[in-house]
Amino acid sequence: PTGLYAVPRSMHVSLSISSSCSFSGAGQDVGRSCILVSIGGKNIMLDCGMHMGYNDDRRFPDFSYITQQGRLTEFLDCVIISHFHLDHCGALPYMSEMVGYDGPIYMTHPTKAICPILLEDFRKITVDKKGETNFFTSQMIKDCMKKVIPLNLHQTVQVDDELEIKAYYAGHVLGAAMVQIKVGSESVVYTGDYNMTPDRHLGAAWIDKCRPDILISESTYATTIRDSKRCRERDFLKKVHETVERGGKVLIPVFALGRAQELCILLETFWERMNMKAPIYFSTGLTEKANHYYKLFITWTNQKIRKTFVQRNMFEFKHIKAFDRSYIDNPGPMVVFATPGMLHAGLSLQIFRKWAGNEKNMIIMPGYCVQGTIGHKILNGQKKLELENRQTVIPEYEPGWSLEVKLQVEYMSFSAHADAKGIMQLIRMAEPRNMLLVHGEAKKMEFLKDKIEQEFSINCFMPANGETSTVATNPSVPVDISLNLLKREMALGGPLPDPKKPRTIWRASLRLVSPEQALKELGLSEHQLRFTCRVQLQDAHSDSDTHIRIYTHLKSVLKGYTIQHLPDGTVMVESIVIKVSSSPEEPNTKVLLLSWSYQDEDLGSFLSTLLKKGLPAALSSM
Amino acid sequence: MKLYCLSGHPTLPCNVLKFKSTTIMLDCGLDTTSVLQFLPLPLVHSPRLSKLPGWVSKDGTINLEKELKECAGRVFVDSQPEFCLPERELLDLSTIDVILISNYHCMMALPYITEHTGFTGSVYATEPTLQIGRLLMEELVNFMERVPKAQSATCWKNKEIQRVLPGPLKDAVEVLTWKTCYSIQDVNSALSKVQLVGYSQKVELFGAVQVTPLSSGYSLGSSNWIIQSHYEKVSYVSGSSLLTTHPQPMDQSSLKNSDVLILTGLTQMPTANPDGMLGDFCSNLAMTIRAGGNVLVPCYSSGVIYDLLECLYQFIENANLGSTPFYFLSPVANSSLEFSQIFAEWLCHNKQSKVYLPEPPFPHAELIQTNKLKHYPSIHGDFSTDFRQPCVVFTGHPSLRFGDVVHFMELWGKSSLNTIIFTEPDFSYLDALAPYQPLSMKCVYCPIDTRLNFHQVSKLLKEVQPLHVVCPEQYTQPPPSQSHRSDLMLELQPPPMPYRRCSVLGLPFRRRYERIHLLPELAKSLVPSEIKPGVSLATVSAVLQSKDNKHTLQPVPKPLPLPPSKKRKRVVEEPPEVLAPKPLLSGSVPLEAFLAVLHKHGITEVKVEETADGHILHLQAEDTLIQLEEDGTHIVCDNNEPLRTTLRDLVLRFLMKL
Repeated sequence: PTGLYAVPRSMHVSLSISSSCSFSGAGQDVGRSCILVSIGGKNIMLDCGMHMGYNDDRRFPDFSYITQQGRLTEFLDCVIISHFHLDHCGALPYMSEMVGYDGPIYMTHPTKAICPILLEDFRKITVDKKGETNFFTSQMIKDCMKKVIPLNLHQTVQVDDELEIKAYYAGHVLGAAMVQIKVGSESVVYTGDYNMTPDRHLGAAWIDKCRPDILISESTYATTIRDSKRCRERDFLKKVHETVERGGKVLIPVFALGRAQELCILLETFWERMNMKAPIYFSTGLTEKANHYYKLFITWTNQKIRKTFVQRNMFEFKHIKAFDRSYIDNPGPMVVFATPGMLHAGLSLQIFRKWAGNEKNMIIMPGYCVQGTIGHKILNGQKKLELENRQTVIPEYEPGWSLEVKLQVEYMSFSAHADAKGIMQLIRMAEPRNMLLVHGEAKKMEFLKDKIEQEFSINCFMPANGETSTVATNPSVPVDISLNLLKREMALGGPLPDPKKPRTIWRASLRLVSPEQALKELGLSEHQLRFTCRVQLQDAHSDSDTHIRIYTHLKSVLKGYTIQHLPDGTVMVESIVIKVSSSPEEPNTKVLLLSWSYQDEDLGSFLSTLLKKGLPAALSSM
Repeated sequence: MKLYCLSGHPTLPCNVLKFKSTTIMLDCGLDTTSVLQFLPLPLVHSPRLSKLPGWVSKDGTINLEKELKECAGRVFVDSQPEFCLPERELLDLSTIDVILISNYHCMMALPYITEHTGFTGSVYATEPTLQIGRLLMEELVNFMERVPKAQSATCWKNKEIQRVLPGPLKDAVEVLTWKTCYSIQDVNSALSKVQLVGYSQKVELFGAVQVTPLSSGYSLGSSNWIIQSHYEKVSYVSGSSLLTTHPQPMDQSSLKNSDVLILTGLTQMPTANPDGMLGDFCSNLAMTIRAGGNVLVPCYSSGVIYDLLECLYQFIENANLGSTPFYFLSPVANSSLEFSQIFAEWLCHNKQSKVYLPEPPFPHAELIQTNKLKHYPSIHGDFSTDFRQPCVVFTGHPSLRFGDVVHFMELWGKSSLNTIIFTEPDFSYLDALAPYQPLSMKCVYCPIDTRLNFHQVSKLLKEVQPLHVVCPEQYTQPPPSQSHRSDLMLELQPPPMPYRRCSVLGLPFRRRYERIHLLPELAKSLVPSEIKPGVSLATVSAVLQSKDNKHTLQPVPKPLPLPPSKKRKRVVEEPPEVLAPKPLLSGSVPLEAFLAVLHKHGITEVKVEETADGHILHLQAEDTLIQLEEDGTHIVCDNNEPLRTTLRDLVLRFLMKL
């Protein structure tokens, strides 16, 4: 026992998923991400996404879930944005400027750079083109971004005295981060979207063995184990090549940043190798700028690009030129990258409408399409597009609008999400105590959940919309130990192995004993309670032989106790002293003097009873 | 805790800290001032240098004309230049666990430490420090290897001979430890041991110590380091700057509450104001160009050159120098310029926000785009065809002993129209110029050293209040050339602990406590009792587990139940299990009250005897003795276990159990 003052406490980490995810049958759908974590009395919002499939209130997360009225500043300690995709940051200006939040918002530098551009782009489509009101303004985006504090990878940011966060590389898109949130000894890791295999422009996600209480992982591709990236790339190139060869046009709807750059690198090298002549275009404005971001944030790309960027910057394309609207009607083959990626508005939709009627043409969808978008419809094989109810997003419609889809529709998953294998890999890396799956389809998540629980024997949760998961954590209690005591106790274990040499398992079981220091410091004196007991027994041996016989006897009876035969003849069991004496008159009548302290009361009592019964005759005296 | 000081150079430090069973090297600066003793390495054959007379002692007894050459009254070693390495004998370098690098100038000795010494640890540095440090090392190797010297001079190092050589060669120290440059293989191998860290990243070393780099404001990715355990904190301040140049500002507040602060890398030019120097630089440059002369700026390939270029970017339009070509020559010029643009995270706020536009953070991108600044790997190749005069040339090495700068010295030195402007503070410009004398070109000395000056550092120390300060001995007295300037030294209370090369300092603090964790199950089992107001006490019986230098207290494991097959005849005699120890007892047993209790339990015949320390109670009927003392009770009771236990419980009633 030592002077340790500790009050045990138990704590809970509760997670509230205040976002809804809707899924189509193909499982190729993303909702909006917005997760609320309460940990050690701190409330943190993870991502603040919008749903691209709605154009009404359901677009943004339901913040009344957090506070019925008033601003969020009082309730939230911080907001963390994992990456710049709108389903992760699209509701940020709405949340901070319209609902009201003035606290810190954390994101990485690339996210901070790119996110406002995508928000502005989206705002323009929604407000300027579709004429919607009740939406955030340009000024709101600017004001919102002023609240952003940039995060560096692996930097430990102290949000306040207790709350600290740390970002890890997540792959997925430029600047995507996983984030560790820590309060005391409790911690949560949120992955955002991540990618466990390096691709043509980004590296793989990485995290250290930080053993969080909870790992919150996306599970978009929960059951998929995707075929090799090389195969998919070959497939993609083959399809583009065939279409161009037969004089068709290829439309690739993309988000301005992310997959677009990867596919450009792919096509650029293919064109170079095959000496192709057909033009490749990239819709202007945003995308030109986008390539520039990649050049300036080259430290966030994969190792190969980083290593060679001085000699050749991979984001300076030779074959890929800027697109102009007037090229839409140009004859002959061409490949066009156009935004946005789900064909729900803008240039990509415009080009699609012009090219859809010709079966020689092809559209390649390189990522998800949210339910309700045209991209989603044509992927589901719809051949005739008509105006539907107003809740789905068909922005540039005219009354009676309809379209025959004759061109070939291809889906190529280049989306950089972790598949089942990748998710398991991340669990192995971080070694969480509990697992929480979000951002996926219930049935598939169920399958993954079983797999995780089987393989890692940890709890796996999958909360539904608006549901709260509470995970009890078991934080250990940090205390101060006097270095003297620690060293004394460590020394009991014998010579210590070199503490710097990693050893797989090293367990020293040492018993702590009472330090008198604690009492001394408290100004208390210890009260020694001792017992002495005389036991008589008949033993026809010399005193010293009797000592040995007692020693041997006790050795055989008491397992797991320290028994010593001291040089002065006495026998010691733990701290109990046994002394033998006899009078010259009666040499065979031995008087055993047992003396013990209260600490050894149980053993002392046992011994006095035991020895009263005498020593077995069979004991050898030697 | 001990500090081993392996370098005597205050701005190129190399110290080793032993702390909590870890051995941490703080920087490994390479003292390159030794190269000033050597002849320059010309890129193309120099008739002037090859005709220099050899040195023979006055009495003719010592002839070193092969090794030493005389130029304008000074003697130079004609051999591959050599560097003064950190001390390698003071402690076994293979025992070093980690090396913390503070900035790219302070890592140039790394290959000497990590290669061929048995070093097995790792090196921590930020990404810009690694990348730019790599460039500087590659440049150095390139400078040396492209003009190899066949001979290597060693005779002059003989103690007896060195003694009679003219100064300053005579006074050169540690000459036997001087070494020629490492190879590119050594550089690659050394740098492969670097692990990247970010500012404010907490790095655990063996679970015993935590190290954290902090922004130091001096150069791209430059850092100070915090080395701490739960109870002790050492700050290592090296090359810090409070000026607003391109790097992220210095993080000062995290240095607070240090037990020890190791202070190195203060400005080498305490009396030169960097802003004023920059102004002088520009005006001298413009003056020379207008007069039709060329300007030579010997400089490192990274660092202040970015600021010079930025300054010129604003200056050349106003000064009507728009058509003057600016050349930057270095094997790593292109890489250095490119790398500077991709480290936005490590730059000052102003530059960071440019990236969001997105624009390159440094304006030299525009200078290159508009062809005002051109960069070449060396004077050979494209440069020779593009070369136009008058022009401005930035090139290394600032010592003027190797690199392309040697060529320009030979080329331009004879004309008084030309100007050489020194901006780097590491070398005395007079010594640097010595082997080129006599010279006609103008020399301007504008050393720009943005590191902390004495005024700034004393303000900083007042703010962060370390308990003790350790610094190179040079900082504890005024510079020898300005011995009256008592403001050019550190005056602190308590006075700083000075070190010099080969010092071993015992750092003044004692560790008393260590952090240990109670497992929740154990914590729950504790029953604290309030001993005094605000102080509760609970005894803890636990198993101590120490793993990775982390200590945990776990509940004592319950013994396994005995296997059922075992014959258990003597059930009664089963020894008690090893249980949690009994509570500690405290207090004392009052005689009267105890007698009353005995009486109540039918023990009436008690003979009380007073002793020196208390009383002896003789229970006559039971033939039992109880010795009552202030801090102890002794029960002597034979052959009556029930009585003994009764007495035990009665005594316990009076005592406090903890």
